[in-house]
Amino acid sequence: MKAWLRKPWAGPLVALIVVYVLLVVLRPETFAGSANLLTMARQTVVVAIAAVGMTLVIVQGGIDLSVGSGVALTTVVVAWVLDRGLSPWMAVPAGVLSSLLAGSLTGLLITRWNVTPFIITLGGMSILRGIAKGLAHEQKIDVDPGGLEHLMASSPGAWMPVPAGVWVAVAIAVAAALMLAYTRFGKHVFAVGSNAQTARLCGIRVGRVRLAVYALAGLLTGIAGVMEFSTLTVGDPTDSVGLELEVIAAVVIGGGSLSGGEGSILGSMVGALLMTVIKTGGTHLGLANWVQEIVTGAIIVVAVAVDRLRRARR
Amino acid sequence: MEPRLRVRAVSRSFGATRALSGVNLQAAAGEVHAVIGENGAGKSTLMRLLSGELCADEGTMELDGVPFAPKSPAEARARGVAIVSQELAVCPHMTVLENVMLGQEPTRFGLLDRPRMRRDAQRALEMLAGGVVPQGLDLDARLADLPTSGQQIVEIARALAASKGCRVLILDEPTSSLGKEDVARLFDVIRKLQRDGTTVLYVSHFLEEVASISQGYTVLRDGVTVSEGRIEQTTLGAIVEHMAGRKVEQLFVRSARQPGDVVLEVEGLRAEPKPTRASLRLHRGEVLGIAGLMGAGRTELLRAVFGLEPVRAGRVKVGAYVGPASPTRRLAQGVGMLSEDRKAEGLATSLSIADNLTLSKLPALVSFGGFSPRRQREQAGDWIARLGIKARDPDQRVSELSGGNQQKVALARLLHHGVDVLLLDEPTRGIDVGSRAQIYELIDRLACEGKAVLMVSSHLPELLGTCDTIQVMRRGELGEARRVEECDARTLLEEATGAIA
Repeated sequence: MKAWLRKPWAGPLVALIVVYVLLVVLRPETFAGSANLLTMARQTVVVAIAAVGMTLVIVQGGIDLSVGSGVALTTVVVAWVLDRGLSPWMAVPAGVLSSLLAGSLTGLLITRWNVTPFIITLGGMSILRGIAKGLAHEQKIDVDPGGLEHLMASSPGAWMPVPAGVWVAVAIAVAAALMLAYTRFGKHVFAVGSNAQTARLCGIRVGRVRLAVYALAGLLTGIAGVMEFSTLTVGDPTDSVGLELEVIAAVVIGGGSLSGGEGSILGSMVGALLMTVIKTGGTHLGLANWVQEIVTGAIIVVAVAVDRLRRARR
Repeated sequence: MEPRLRVRAVSRSFGATRALSGVNLQAAAGEVHAVIGENGAGKSTLMRLLSGELCADEGTMELDGVPFAPKSPAEARARGVAIVSQELAVCPHMTVLENVMLGQEPTRFGLLDRPRMRRDAQRALEMLAGGVVPQGLDLDARLADLPTSGQQIVEIARALAASKGCRVLILDEPTSSLGKEDVARLFDVIRKLQRDGTTVLYVSHFLEEVASISQGYTVLRDGVTVSEGRIEQTTLGAIVEHMAGRKVEQLFVRSARQPGDVVLEVEGLRAEPKPTRASLRLHRGEVLGIAGLMGAGRTELLRAVFGLEPVRAGRVKVGAYVGPASPTRRLAQGVGMLSEDRKAEGLATSLSIADNLTLSKLPALVSFGGFSPRRQREQAGDWIARLGIKARDPDQRVSELSGGNQQKVALARLLHHGVDVLLLDEPTRGIDVGSRAQIYELIDRLACEGKAVLMVSSHLPELLGTCDTIQVMRRGELGEARRVEECDARTLLEEATGAIA
């Protein structure tokens, strides 16, 4: 077997290609075109950026359930600042900062109080959602997006047909993958998730690594939130309910282990794309929404089961 | 000459228990120094002090004449003191390379210096095997795919890769899970390190091994250094005597008992990974003790008998019954087990005494289709009184009880279930003297009533004081049964450690 085939992301990548080819064969006229590719790429951006953060979190042995609420809060903060008549140059940093703050606090509580991440972020999910609703007075904040809508708009024929948001997502993914592979911090993230005791024994400051990972994840959730705002062009406190589950699914499909120590950025990106392709393909095939949901769920279960089987055989 | 490591009058307590009370140890550079003692003698605590996991309450430690009091594992490592513990500290998902360099990765401009990282790891591994990377060790192999011996080599290499080098290497029971060839390879590594001037603290029960590899030794007993010196100037017999001591404890009760029929018969039992071969016959009215070292396979024997681990070969006969086993079946046959791990397995500590006591016999509390909390409380109250469990009421959470009272609750569950055969795994571990005496009394009373007790213990005086018959397990093999009158601590320990002086 070739070396790359043994990588944890190989299985999902093969699945992605197979599903894509299958859909192209079934619906050549609508599915194959570059327009559809572009649409799918755009639809994956938010999940993909958030999944980069979630990959770090899951690799170091944690979980973050507050991603959906964090994204919603970010859209609200961006809209709220714009609503005050301030420029996007103020609104975007404010939105990202709010999410970064939330992530840092999460990390601080997890490391200081030693409470399981599941509980802390379950609470965080509700708290952030509440703050978003309070800030928006339980309504959508409708504002002039001030040019932010272009981040996610594809303008065919323009000098750059792929929207900036897609490039941002790619850049973030590449940067994170390089960080995991080529920095001490990256190695320590894996070590903490694989065996925290050992990491401590080897002089790694486990608490700091955890805190940094949650802060980074918060930052990335914020960036994902800005992209979501660009798509919606409103600040919506009820947006992205359940997004965290999609994000976790992307990471898990891509080979991430919820007990830590395993996962890759490439795998998570493949996982995110796979879900988009299945959803879009379902629509193109005229499958009802509920069928798509069942298929997506089945993919998650099968992906993880196949991965475990493969590993057990080795 | 200044010794490499000097420990003077070091003490350490955990709550009310004094784990160490005045330990001395001295080891020279390039010496393999054995640290010897029974389970619970304080060896592990001493090693944890040296490796920076714990701090000493009193006393001093010196490294090459400089005070040494590490506050964290990182600090101990920075001073060149590293530990390879019995439960290996490795990251199973990561590669050999990453594990060797963990926490000491070289960087350039903020990025990992991968070529240097490889070189350093390679060099550390080569140091272990005289210029070649030990066979079968690929730098890019995942740790989870390596055998235990390989993982251990990786951990030793990690200590050697430290930029300041390794001055003292602590090996805690390094051979307990290794095969013969791997032990030989490990000893080559140790001798190599010794030639390079590293001091190796070798913690082990296996006295013949200790004698063949080390020069100096220190014997601990009950947290105190009882003997130290040069291996070549002593005999294994003398060391065993120091380990066991000669205290006579008046805790134990053993009435004259009359053994009855055989209730439990084990023949040639094998389970994975241990025991390899075990046979025993347990009679009514008998207390049969299993002695041996930690990791010898005693717990696994009890678990296999109780149906918690699959039996690979041999047979277990309960009364007249031979056949497949599961805990449910065993309980129905009147066999109950007391786990050595009270908190994780023996009790549901967040539930009440009453819930724990009746857990295995809940159907008895259901009448007319309804569960009766009142009856449950009554029954529990009854046992609390009979065993003298110190508790507010039957509804109190088990986690609020002392260790001794928790153990009585666990025992009471077996008795409440009405079992005839009790498999007791370390029944007095970690509990106070008063409760211990009560548990010995209880065991005696049960045996007198005609119940059969199979008891695993690491505390030899306890076995000698309560059992009728004793068998010793050594590396998975259970020895012959001997009447307690024919045993003494020294012969048992010799059999368990393989030191036939």
